Amino acid sequence: MDGASTSQILQYLITGITIGSIYAMVAIGFNIIYNVTDIINFAQGEFVMLGGMSMVLFHVILGIPIIIAFLFTIILVTLVGLIVDRFAIRPIRQPSVLTLIIATIAVSILLKGIAMFAWGKDPLDLPAFSGRTPIQLFGAVIQPQYLWVIGLLVVTVLILTFFFEKTIIGKAMRACADNPDAASLVGINVKKMIMLSFSLSAGIGAIAGIVITPISLMEYDRGAMLAIKGFSAVILGGLGSFPGAIVGGLLIGIIESLGAGLISSGYKDAFALIVLLGVLFFKPSGLLGNIEISKIKRF
Amino acid sequence: MMKKVSKKPIVKAIVVISVILLCGIFMFSCTSKKVDEKAEVYKVGAVFSVTGRASFLGDPEKKTAELIVEKINADGGINGHKLELIVYDTEGDATKCNLAVKKLINQDKVSAVIGPSISGNSMAVVPVAEETETPLVSCAASYKIVFNEETGKPYKWVFKTPQSDSMAVEAIYTNLKKNGITKIAIMSVTSGFGASGRGELLKYASEYGLTILADEQYGPKDTDITVQLTKIKGKAPEAIVNWSIGPTQVLVLRNRSDLGMNDIPFYQSHGFGSRKNIEQAAGTAEGVYCPLGACNIAELLPDSHPQKKVTMKYMEEYKAKYNEGLSSFGGHAWDALYIVAAALEAVGNDKAKIRDYIENIKGYVGQHGVFNFSPDDHNGLTKEAFNMVVVKDDDWALVE
Repeated sequence: MDGASTSQILQYLITGITIGSIYAMVAIGFNIIYNVTDIINFAQGEFVMLGGMSMVLFHVILGIPIIIAFLFTIILVTLVGLIVDRFAIRPIRQPSVLTLIIATIAVSILLKGIAMFAWGKDPLDLPAFSGRTPIQLFGAVIQPQYLWVIGLLVVTVLILTFFFEKTIIGKAMRACADNPDAASLVGINVKKMIMLSFSLSAGIGAIAGIVITPISLMEYDRGAMLAIKGFSAVILGGLGSFPGAIVGGLLIGIIESLGAGLISSGYKDAFALIVLLGVLFFKPSGLLGNIEISKIKRF
Repeated sequence: MMKKVSKKPIVKAIVVISVILLCGIFMFSCTSKKVDEKAEVYKVGAVFSVTGRASFLGDPEKKTAELIVEKINADGGINGHKLELIVYDTEGDATKCNLAVKKLINQDKVSAVIGPSISGNSMAVVPVAEETETPLVSCAASYKIVFNEETGKPYKWVFKTPQSDSMAVEAIYTNLKKNGITKIAIMSVTSGFGASGRGELLKYASEYGLTILADEQYGPKDTDITVQLTKIKGKAPEAIVNWSIGPTQVLVLRNRSDLGMNDIPFYQSHGFGSRKNIEQAAGTAEGVYCPLGACNIAELLPDSHPQKKVTMKYMEEYKAKYNEGLSSFGGHAWDALYIVAAALEAVGNDKAKIRDYIENIKGYVGQHGVFNFSPDDHNGLTKEAFNMVVVKDDDWALVE
């Protein structure tokens, strides 16, 4: 197609990074659960949706100030993650990876249904955190909310890094990820760690949902699409790798955006998947994944 | 293990029986409103996408149909016969829709079927209606529903009440031409609705002397449409026409406003016909044009307008019962059900006669236009069924 001006390309990049940040957050959620349990949680997108919807409930409908509503939402969705583990994952008698994954699909359908009854079918809106006056930058337009999205991704990553590197619980979770049997031998309660992993990734999903809602609205069936994109990001970056999730998410966002802008918007979703397939062809473990580790995993 | 279970057969039996009973009660409360009366009950089936991605269509359609049945029965039914409506939810799924229609025809023995809500589902049930010789009045837009491309004639048993996409395109293009606009950009969602609209937009452009500078698309669940708009901005068109339904048509307005493109006239498809969209656009819909059926703008119509009376009545009744603004989609169900009811009233419960009656309806004043059916036209509307409106102070205003 014809050439694009610098300001246009800048605009594509900014949009790509913003959307990519959301994909990255979803991808991190996938990885936390995957690392501890070896399963892919298909309800990850629903956590994002619940985050956005609950924020609307607390902030818009009940009128709770934004910071408190933010905390309430994260607590609520974290609880949902905890309940999911307690009532859908733990009771399964012979927990093969496949049955657990299917259980998460059931959970995603259930959560979607509950959200439809609770919030209705119309998309809901949330006011932007710091207004909707766009910032101009070399001819490109940045919504203040974009900065919130990117900023919260950075904060989330920093907190998680601290958690996994410095705290004893974080280290215990990493131990479970490396070898659950050995971890339980040294006295780590693996079941608790699994529960924690669900809560944690639900909480991160909620953050993604909260920041994206002012940009894109939120409705009950938005989760599946976000989960697919987040999952692509996980695979692209390497299953189980945190830096991989971030790189994968941002890359998919940027490729989508540039592909749509410079080539054809009709094939937007195809570009990211073509790149994904290409990467898997040459490096099956993903960009930053480790083939040795993936051999140990059950899935 | 076996022993343990077989110890309590009574408990098991009680559980099974109570489950069956519960199911029975649930189904009973869902489908039947039967009252023992001597006259035969007229049954009309309905298939709407009450839940799922097209719920914004099916939900008002179901509510409207239920409202009408209530009204008709309160007024003594159709020639003394009680009207019973059996609604199934297709969830927007063609397979479910197909099964539901078969069930309505074979099991519930309905006289006619109204719906489905979306074009794809309608195409999936056209063969069913044709095979079982049951009149079907679709509430979906595509002209293909009532046009057999092999024979060049309408399908014998299938009708539809919504205006075709081509009429909306022509209404928009007529307005563009009147305003002296020649260079436009089009955007569409990659769903059936968007693809069909895009096809019509491309097809009719040259006829109205329009050049299409950009042809952009986006997914129905996309979270951001800034990229497509940025590209369009670079081409500097004189107007933008957007073809989508659901949240993306609100999103596109917000992104457009962010990018400072409010000075480029913006046209939405008739899918924009709900005040909820204006509300959600939070001020960014101001000045946006769209073609709408009369029922969206009942209170704006001059008293001399032929549809003024029926549309006002529908609006008031709908508001009174559901306490929410109506969308244009409910109007399609209104037209479909009242046309079937008129046929039942005139010819009684006979599928073939109902079909023949509908095919010969002339000058029927409905929510979305004045219907003139004929053997060659099973939609019965023209582009005059659309009125161009513009969003002004968060409400519609007629363009003249």
